[in-house]
Amino acid sequence: MKIDHQIITQIITENAHVLDLGCGNGELLSLLTQKKNALVQGIELNDEEMQKCVENGLTVLQGDIESGLVDYPDQSFDYVILNQIMQEIKKADFVIQESLRVGKRVIVGFPNFAHIKARLTLLISGKTPINEALPYYWFETPNIRFLTIQDFIDYCRKKSINIEQQYFLGKANLVKFLPNLFALNALFVITRHDYDYKQR
Amino acid sequence: MSDKSIGIVKTQYFSFAEPPAALQLQSGRHLAPVTLTYETYGTLNNAKSNAILVCHALSGDAHAAGFHEGDKAAGWWDDMIGPGKALDTNLYFIICSNVIGGCMGSTGPSSINPETGKPYALDFPVITIEDMVDAQKHLIDFFGIEKLFCVIGGSMGGMHVLQWASKYPDKLVAAIPIATALKHSPQQIAFDEVIRQSIMADPAWLGGSYYEHGQPEKGLAVARMIGHITFMSDQSMEEKFSRKLKNDNLSFQFIDDFEVEGYLRYRGYNFVKRFDANSYLYITKAMDYFDLSGDKFMPGIRKTNIRFLVISFKSDWLYPTHQSQDIVRLLKRKHAYTTYFDLNSTYGHDAFLIEIEDETRLIRNFLANVSLD
Repeated sequence: MKIDHQIITQIITENAHVLDLGCGNGELLSLLTQKKNALVQGIELNDEEMQKCVENGLTVLQGDIESGLVDYPDQSFDYVILNQIMQEIKKADFVIQESLRVGKRVIVGFPNFAHIKARLTLLISGKTPINEALPYYWFETPNIRFLTIQDFIDYCRKKSINIEQQYFLGKANLVKFLPNLFALNALFVITRHDYDYKQR
Repeated sequence: MSDKSIGIVKTQYFSFAEPPAALQLQSGRHLAPVTLTYETYGTLNNAKSNAILVCHALSGDAHAAGFHEGDKAAGWWDDMIGPGKALDTNLYFIICSNVIGGCMGSTGPSSINPETGKPYALDFPVITIEDMVDAQKHLIDFFGIEKLFCVIGGSMGGMHVLQWASKYPDKLVAAIPIATALKHSPQQIAFDEVIRQSIMADPAWLGGSYYEHGQPEKGLAVARMIGHITFMSDQSMEEKFSRKLKNDNLSFQFIDDFEVEGYLRYRGYNFVKRFDANSYLYITKAMDYFDLSGDKFMPGIRKTNIRFLVISFKSDWLYPTHQSQDIVRLLKRKHAYTTYFDLNSTYGHDAFLIEIEDETRLIRNFLANVSLD
């Protein structure tokens, strides 16, 4: 099991209602259905990935992430997952804010551009970093933005978003020491500042 | 795709609303008695929980699959229905019935009006999609089916699916509306109006009372030609006809020089042999009146457990993708867990009958994961 999927599966509570934006072939949603008896809804654009989701018994809407959230009523889901898509979407702030409206909690996962190898590649060889979390050449990457763990923490502070949990991921384990330097990926569980989750 | 066919099938008849009972219609009028033709494929299980209602499009009928004795052509959705196919007759009990207002055996304008002993013609009441569904409900009740496993249909059939979900939400587990809309746009109404006008402009239409003299053939053929243009796409017409000539040279006369002209004429005049002109008027009117947009869809229901599979086709400009997305939007507001797919196809609106591979894969897998109660 992928380490990020493993952690997300731990985070999500039994019988939760989950929306996964950019759910791919539904690997994570299938896990959540099996392990947590979650009620899941995916949104995906790719035809073949969509067909695979349906084969696996998942409910999935074809559409882009920006417009996928708009019509859901407030707090429709216990969790909205934005895993490994933040770097690919155009209106990141809008999607995060909409996710916080639609979901009680939002799980955000992204590759950390400030990983030491990325920093050194840029500093020493003067090339765009390529590593396990950022495996593409500049001319084929789907990523349109690069962000770091510190960037995301600053963003949450600026927007008064509450960080409820955070996980920093190495190749196969969690990173405790200087995560913005040593973590390849990060996972955050965020909530609206005005949302008292204990009451619900 | 499976080549297996359900084999020889027979159309059945079901009559209800014998006077003094009557089918109450949305217009305030009523219809009595009412006959529905229908066909079934597969076996209804003991719990009566495996029934799928298939709803046909404008010019469709109850003969959805298999062959009638002596016929070479199979039913209109034979690719979808049969042993091992997406609507698997080894698993499901499939029902398809001809709509009221139609001309394939169900009560419609060409049926005999018991009050006069002659065909109804325009004395037939204007009916709605909801009336058609109410009539179907009588047939489902006749089978003693408490809850349909699924209601599925394309185009007008998709409207029936939406109407079923909206009016009888407790009576179905899953719903598959394909290439359809919550309401006709002005463009769709406009096409229907031109279609109706071309029938009514034919002097042989005789105000609808043509049954002793024969169909308004020219008007009905032109009406169908217009329909066929809207069913195809720019690309599919290019691929099928391009500017190919029927003969090698231009005739410099007003005959069908181009293959596309020949095709439309062939389709138009064949249609006259099998479809009643007044039925075309009544059914297009019913589609134009249909409107389940906004709060009219599933009124009073905040949350639904019906499992929806909504399908549109990218090249369909008659029922474009955005109309299916409107359905999805309403379903999101109802907290419905929904699968929506905008399938690739160049066939235009016809795709739901032709672009069978992706469509059947999707429907088969979707149904396999909806549990039979």
